[in-house]
Amino acid sequence: MKRKSIKVEKVLPYSILTVIGVLFLLPLLWVVVASVDPNANSSIKVPSAFTMDNFKSVITDPVNIRAFIIGLLLSMGQGLLVVLVAGLAAYPLSRYQLRYKKPFMFTILFMTSLPITAVMVPVYQLFIYMKLQDSLWGTMFFLTAAGLPYAIWMLKNFMDAVPLELEESAWIDGASVWQGLKRIVAPLMIPGICTVGIFTFSGSWGNFFVPYILIQTPEKLPASVTIYQFFGNFGMVEYGKLAAFSIMYTFPAIVLYIFSQRFMSQGFSLGGASKG
Amino acid sequence: MDAHPVISSSTAVDGGSSSRKKQNRKLWASALFLLPAWLLLLIFFIGPILLTFYFAFTNLSLTGSEAQSTQFVGFSNFLNMFQDPNFRISVMKTVIFLLFSAIIGQQVLGFILALLMKEKNPAFRRVIGIIIIAGWVTPEIVVAFCWVAFLNDSGTLNALLQQVGLKPVAWLFTFPMASVIIANIWHGTAFSMLVFQAALDDVPKSIEEAAVVDGASRFQVLYKIVLPMIKGSVVTNMILVTLQTLGVFTLIYAMTGGGPGTSTQTLPIFMYNQAFVNYQLGYGTAISLILLLIGVLVSVLYLKSMKVKV
Repeated sequence: MKRKSIKVEKVLPYSILTVIGVLFLLPLLWVVVASVDPNANSSIKVPSAFTMDNFKSVITDPVNIRAFIIGLLLSMGQGLLVVLVAGLAAYPLSRYQLRYKKPFMFTILFMTSLPITAVMVPVYQLFIYMKLQDSLWGTMFFLTAAGLPYAIWMLKNFMDAVPLELEESAWIDGASVWQGLKRIVAPLMIPGICTVGIFTFSGSWGNFFVPYILIQTPEKLPASVTIYQFFGNFGMVEYGKLAAFSIMYTFPAIVLYIFSQRFMSQGFSLGGASKG
Repeated sequence: MDAHPVISSSTAVDGGSSSRKKQNRKLWASALFLLPAWLLLLIFFIGPILLTFYFAFTNLSLTGSEAQSTQFVGFSNFLNMFQDPNFRISVMKTVIFLLFSAIIGQQVLGFILALLMKEKNPAFRRVIGIIIIAGWVTPEIVVAFCWVAFLNDSGTLNALLQQVGLKPVAWLFTFPMASVIIANIWHGTAFSMLVFQAALDDVPKSIEEAAVVDGASRFQVLYKIVLPMIKGSVVTNMILVTLQTLGVFTLIYAMTGGGPGTSTQTLPIFMYNQAFVNYQLGYGTAISLILLLIGVLVSVLYLKSMKVKV
């Protein structure tokens, strides 16, 4: 009797986890199977044949290519700007004793947690006043500002981990503060910079709401919005193409996530963020 | 940027400059380093927040006579809002969505996953982990497609039900709120799981073992030892997940559009409809302000729970 209960105790977690795993896998599996099925419908089934036509028709459509390129430029531009601007801001916050540092960092942390959704109506109005509506540059700057609080907070903490002595020895050799930052601090922070950059890129690559509100011209829309329109127009008929489009659109996010794992060895300890 | 004389000259480590001069240079350098961030935050982040407070008290509109002359209307947007049955419905829908998809769904499922996966076969742990995280990494809009297809009249779920002899259900029409809640749990659980995995890893094994030696059951160990030790992570995670879920727009918009009727019209959807479908920007901003204030309240709790040292 005793032995049997131990066996159940061992097997039970595995069975529960397997059931949860299968339930989580089912909705995702459909996209993968439907994308290579010439007669895909909304239910998972063994494809009648294997085809790459769905992918081909998505890739060969110039409208989709343009949307992907716009999305890439928007997200990469934002990622670079965020890392650059936040990296600069992080330097004095990490290195100098500043009078207003504490309230500033608190404001930054506070801003990281505010829901961006809530400000989109006034942002739209602001864009009209500034004649930025329908502007990809304006959208990029707004996304940059929205990503800054998190990036400043993270990069400041990463920079704190770079010992000051290394920089000081460079100064003695005649390097300027700027050179020290560029040649000594930045290279040592590559993991942190990549983490923040990837996180920022993925966030805006997957962001539908912001460009949906701020961009009106169809030719300027990034992939996140065109895929929604595709769904609205053809989604209920051409499941295979929608699935292929979805996979191509999800691909960068997954690749970057895997890539970022190499930098995030520390993982998810929420305690880590409180080390100031 | 290379050419900033202020920054390069502030490096005079061996120069005879007085410490006050040095301090001044540091101040200048900091100001320059912080300037781009400040400008962007001021224009595109703090600006819109301040504008929220202003527009919420105007009759700003995209069409009609109000579009020409925007006027200050005092609290009338808020008075209208509190009398608007749609607003009350939206608040209720938001509370239900938050409670079931974030606070209960993602947290409890994330915790169960983390707990069960502890000390299991590494390969098995990895496979399950990848499946759960895949739902998290997938962009919200694709998550919506996956679930629309899954719950569709002729979707996978109904196909499975028919296999076991049950009648198909129009899930998105009959149970719209449950549908978006389940989709959001699917999308968000990985975050809670990762947080709880990290927290559980920090619980020393020796303490648990000592309790077992003293005759504690597994549930007693969980309730009396493990949970109190990871309380901090639970609170912080709950707040972060609440904040994320409060802002969810895309998932609901793409799955149900807030419908049928008002059955999935959470505050972000209600705000969007008033501002961009009915063109009542002033009213829409008043709803934004409510959303923002809820966010501020939860954020303050977050800062308190973190006990941050800056």
